[in-house]
Amino acid sequence: MTTTRAAARAVTQTATRATTRPHPLRLLALRTWLPVVLIVWWWLASAGSRSLYFPPLSTILETLQHDWLGPGLTANLLPSLGKFLAGFLIAAACGIVFGLLIGMSRTLAAAVEPIVQFLRSLPPPVLLPIGILVFGIGAPMNIAIIAFGAVWPTLLNTIDGVRSLDSQVRDMSRSYRLTLGQRVRYIVVPNAGPQIFAGLRTTLQISIILIVVSEMVASVNGIGYYLLNSQQTFAVPQTWAGTLLLGALGYVANLLFLRIESRVLRWHSGMRAASGKDA
Amino acid sequence: MTTQPTTTEPNPGAPNPAAPATPPFGDVLLELEQLRKSYGSTQILDGVDLSVRRGEFVCIVGPSGSGKTTLLKCMAGLLDPSGGRTVFEGETVTEPPAKLAVVFQDYSRSLLLWMTVAANIGLPLKNKLPKAGRPARIEEVLRAVGLSGKGGLYPWQMSGGMQQRAAIARGLAYQPDVLLMDEPFAAVDAQTRIELEDLVLRVRQDFDTTVIFVTHDIDEAVYLGDRVIILSGAPTKVTRNITVDLPRPRDQRDTKLLPDYARLRAEVFELIQAAQSHASIA
Repeated sequence: MTTTRAAARAVTQTATRATTRPHPLRLLALRTWLPVVLIVWWWLASAGSRSLYFPPLSTILETLQHDWLGPGLTANLLPSLGKFLAGFLIAAACGIVFGLLIGMSRTLAAAVEPIVQFLRSLPPPVLLPIGILVFGIGAPMNIAIIAFGAVWPTLLNTIDGVRSLDSQVRDMSRSYRLTLGQRVRYIVVPNAGPQIFAGLRTTLQISIILIVVSEMVASVNGIGYYLLNSQQTFAVPQTWAGTLLLGALGYVANLLFLRIESRVLRWHSGMRAASGKDA
Repeated sequence: MTTQPTTTEPNPGAPNPAAPATPPFGDVLLELEQLRKSYGSTQILDGVDLSVRRGEFVCIVGPSGSGKTTLLKCMAGLLDPSGGRTVFEGETVTEPPAKLAVVFQDYSRSLLLWMTVAANIGLPLKNKLPKAGRPARIEEVLRAVGLSGKGGLYPWQMSGGMQQRAAIARGLAYQPDVLLMDEPFAAVDAQTRIELEDLVLRVRQDFDTTVIFVTHDIDEAVYLGDRVIILSGAPTKVTRNITVDLPRPRDQRDTKLLPDYARLRAEVFELIQAAQSHASIA
């Protein structure tokens, strides 16, 4: 286990140079050593297991490879990812667009705020029965449930972000006679950016939850469907494999999201670092 | 008040705020006529009269809470007056005029943090200047305020003084006929303030701009202005209109050693004190 030893060395070296930023490789080692240790421990501890509920990790990984990288890729994984992505993007777009409108118009805000507050208080899974009635079983229903359930954090954060605009910035944009389009593009949206992204992050998490839940009850393919089906047929390695896969997908999705966020909000992280709020 | 020779009105009991300035200045550029502003039952401005000629540098001083910012916003078309009007280049102001720019008090709240300084300066130019002409204009004003080559920085990478320079550059790039400045140096340290005062005098010369400068600092007002307008406490009126006939170019050391400077400064000080004590009695 050279990796862990390198990691251990990295830990001590980082500790002695606590004030400087660790080298990227060292940082990577620092982050990966615990997962590696856990996986190795699981592998060794479960090797030769005869328990029905806790099959060996090797069996689980074989199942994972067979079910998800073989025919399962097109049968279950890609449909799930497609529905998830569609639902998330619809939620994100609706949240941002309506958030901008509501945030900028007091009249509209007064008119729709009670409805928004009511709808967002509904736990998203509550909508499953009605969703099935309206859309039947399948992709449109899954996407609709994700979009409807996950839109709220982005919507509310966008409204809040738009309203947080400093009065002096507003005066500045008026006195320099910026057009409405310029104000939205160069001032309102970037100003709300950090809050919009905070909302999108929650929207992303809810989307992942809802794709699984909605596929469990109302789909004929996808990860959620596979997961519940395997559990009901006592295909325990499959259940474990699906769970691991979901964890990995959520992790990767979050990682990609953070990448995009730090790109778009580079000014914000730079500013926070400059003011010493974030190291 | 023992000395009067430099005021435009020899009789201190009958102030004449709209009195014309001395000859070298051009036609009337901006005029306030009985400007009133009240919020609910609270009256802030109580009939302010003021006339600014092309090329003048007019400082407006008043005790704190005398509605200086309200007055400036009414001049800039950012606030609708409750009565009276602002006339800019012959037209009643109902919205911010295209040939007027404002430098706000708090630079950290008026520069956009998500844009570089060059982009901040370029934003108001989008409706004024074709794209190809913008970089040259931006570079020109950056040089004028001593920020040559700093256009790529973000405001939060700069000191307070540099940020206010950038805000001034944005105003200059807009090529306004009049630059309104609302206590622009209130938040910077003394050394930077001195530098920025001279910077404003210099760019005013180079860009041939009319400046209306709101401040609570008596020294600053006398040092910078061709005239100093003294406001009463709220509800605000113009109490006095003092011509500052100190020689130009002004110099931080030599100008402030002049007996006339000391006398003007004392006069403004006394008037402010009087306004303040009157306000606190009322």
